Amino acid sequence: MSGIGAACLFVGLLCAAYAAISGVYGGLSGRRQFVVSARRAFYCLAALLIGATAILQAAFLRSDFGYRLVAEGSSTDTPTFYKVTAMWATQEGSLLLWALLLSIFSSAVLFLTRDSLRAITPYATAVLAVVAGFFLLLTVVWVSPFDQLVQPPVEGSGLNPLLRHPAMMIHPPMLYTGYVGFAIPFAFAVGALVTRSVGADWIRATRRFALIAWTFLAAGIMLGALWSYTELGWGGYWAWDPVENASLMPWLTGTAFLHSIMVQEKRGMLKAWNVSLICMTFILSLMGTFLVRSGILESIHAFGASTIGTQFLIFIAIVVLGSVALVVWRLPDLRSTARLDSLLSREAFFLLNNLVLLALALVIFWGTFFPLISEAVTGTEASVGPPWFERLVTPLALVLVALTAVGPMVAWRRVTPAGLRKVLVIPVAVAAVTAGALLLGSDAGSSLTAVAMFCLVAFVLAVVTQELWRGASARRVMTGEAWPRALSSLIGRNRRRYGGYAAHAGLAVLMLGVAGSSAFAEQQDLRLAVGDSFRSGGWEITYDRPIARVGDDRAGTGAPISFGAQLTARRGDEFRTLRPSRNYYPAAGMEEGAIGRYFEGEATSEVDVRWGLGGDLWTAVRPDISSLRGSIEEADRKFAESDGDVRGLIITAIAEQYRRSPPPASFRAISSPLVSWIWIGGGILVLGALLAAWPAPQARMRRARSLYRARLGRDLTGA
Amino acid sequence: MRSASLAVSVNALVIMQAMDPSRKRRLRLVIALSVAVLLAGALVYTSFNAATEASTPSGLRSSVTPGKSYELTGKVVKGSIDRHGEELRFAIRDRDGSASVPVVYTGVVPDPFREGREVIVSGALERGTFNAERDSLVTKCPSKFTEDKQT
Repeated sequence: MSGIGAACLFVGLLCAAYAAISGVYGGLSGRRQFVVSARRAFYCLAALLIGATAILQAAFLRSDFGYRLVAEGSSTDTPTFYKVTAMWATQEGSLLLWALLLSIFSSAVLFLTRDSLRAITPYATAVLAVVAGFFLLLTVVWVSPFDQLVQPPVEGSGLNPLLRHPAMMIHPPMLYTGYVGFAIPFAFAVGALVTRSVGADWIRATRRFALIAWTFLAAGIMLGALWSYTELGWGGYWAWDPVENASLMPWLTGTAFLHSIMVQEKRGMLKAWNVSLICMTFILSLMGTFLVRSGILESIHAFGASTIGTQFLIFIAIVVLGSVALVVWRLPDLRSTARLDSLLSREAFFLLNNLVLLALALVIFWGTFFPLISEAVTGTEASVGPPWFERLVTPLALVLVALTAVGPMVAWRRVTPAGLRKVLVIPVAVAAVTAGALLLGSDAGSSLTAVAMFCLVAFVLAVVTQELWRGASARRVMTGEAWPRALSSLIGRNRRRYGGYAAHAGLAVLMLGVAGSSAFAEQQDLRLAVGDSFRSGGWEITYDRPIARVGDDRAGTGAPISFGAQLTARRGDEFRTLRPSRNYYPAAGMEEGAIGRYFEGEATSEVDVRWGLGGDLWTAVRPDISSLRGSIEEADRKFAESDGDVRGLIITAIAEQYRRSPPPASFRAISSPLVSWIWIGGGILVLGALLAAWPAPQARMRRARSLYRARLGRDLTGA
Repeated sequence: MRSASLAVSVNALVIMQAMDPSRKRRLRLVIALSVAVLLAGALVYTSFNAATEASTPSGLRSSVTPGKSYELTGKVVKGSIDRHGEELRFAIRDRDGSASVPVVYTGVVPDPFREGREVIVSGALERGTFNAERDSLVTKCPSKFTEDKQT
């Protein structure tokens, strides 16, 4: 089977090469059949990669350790759910996933544009084929996912316990879908530049793909943050780690792109800017993929040094140089057809929002690559920590949220200050009342940054509410519909606009959570014996009793042993039981002893969180198992040759010993206000983006088209 | 103060509206460029100021500024891990070498932390002991899952 898989990849590479050559030839010669054949080569590529992925997944599911990848990344005792995800925990598997997603996305967009954009598609097909070809070349020549081991081991290494989390199942594919999705507008932008058809057509054709890519990237980033919060055992959701930053940068430039293309569609401006932005976004996406595996920056995500760093760097360099050359070459064609009329216009605000987003991306880029920059400039490697990022990002984020509110209120071309004042009077009043209430009625004044952010959040939400209300009441006057109906048809008819508003509201809500949790979180690290208690965020928390579970794997992570603590948290009349624990995974080798290896392998914190809209109570525990060492060593000596059942009994006895006389354990408790709003806001943002991306109903499009035809007919006959 | 600066910028807008278009454009360009230069300056200045230099145990031995923060990288020495209540003591040695430095650390210990693993920790050297900042310990992902790839 592995031979068939490898063959699929090889034939896929040939398909990609053929699609690239045939696309360019078809474009140059104007022979349409070559373009059609290039497109069909892409369908073929997608089918081949689906086949290859299916073969690899089947190997993971049946634990075929003849595959090097399966032996390294899975094991028979890895739960089925995580066997499926183990593919993208490996370098080879994630490259295959990238190529697979790219081929599917490309096939979809090429199918949808088969009858339109005749000038651009040949080159867009070629660009997509080159990108897909690069990833396939990596898997065919250097790192094959189908490598076979001459002597398959009896048992595999297992999936890294840290990755055994539901969010990790979907986080990488979502992130990759985002990265890959940006390849599509990029390819069409290149096509548009090559053929000088730099109008808004390529944008209209790929806008939806850019939006979907952006949405998936947002969802992927959110899931990564959630994983960090609930699995990594430190209690935060964002650490300014290079790999996290790498996913945020294309998202920021992608956000800028989604806004500035509207200026090109409506006003024919910012053409050079838009093509540059999408090139930048795609390059940053490639870099995001590369950083995870490269090992050039210190990161907890950098899973060991990679062997394909050089190839990646060369490819990124080619894309960068090619993009810059292409944009410079076509600069004369990219002149705007209109000028900025006024600084008080939608165009100007979009430009401003773009600059802020780009500044954010630049700050993050600088900080992420600072170790390399510093080494190049001063000769010593140095890095900047989270405080540096926070200091620079916070003011920019405040400006960005303010623009989120004001931008949609400003009309195209120009607006008078008086007109702007009229629409902003209520939202500004809401923000002012929020500020007053927070400063006078609460102790939030200890962090003025947080208060400023809360006000801006109120400002954004007030703007969105006012817009909904204005639109719905106008509709009511026009059609006489009832409120709910007026609102739903208003949104249904202007999906892009109201989807955008929802995304704005989502961002504001997300920022509410970020500001609240980063300014007011209360963190404690304590060492507690059974019966001890402490206070955190209004909760009175007591260490009730120890937990020691053997062979009782409730979270489905495949850990045989789990030690922890039962805590009771009380606040007023509210009682909560929290059970943070620590999972112990057996070590692979036997040098730790027959019993000892069950305690000396990997261990992961399984945190327990009491979720709440007002704030979370987050707890983690690190049991002290050093007191058991004596018993473990004794068991190792006595039962070195024992079978599985006896070992199970002994481990149960050791767990029982821990339960009966537990030494004090280390705890971390964080009461983090408003942190849940991050996930809620992220959800709203994603739903808003999906609403904006949802295609308009067929019937309406047909109606619009027939109306247009009728008018055209009238105009032509001169009536 | 905020309202004052707002008033200033509104005035600037009014003045700019009264100017002829080409001067206006030039002025906009100048303003935009100076903002960009300011931001770039802030970026360069703050980053070089706030940066923590990376070092290794042997690097710390040869040249060290007392009280200055370093980001120490190396491997955890076998048998050196020792817990004293909240305090974690261990030693870090060079990635390939034997020079080592004792470390005193408090705060969250990452799950993969273990003997022989590669770690990064920030802090300053005081009388031969590396006093680590709270929660600054980062452990690279376990080699067990990647060791085959590193060759």
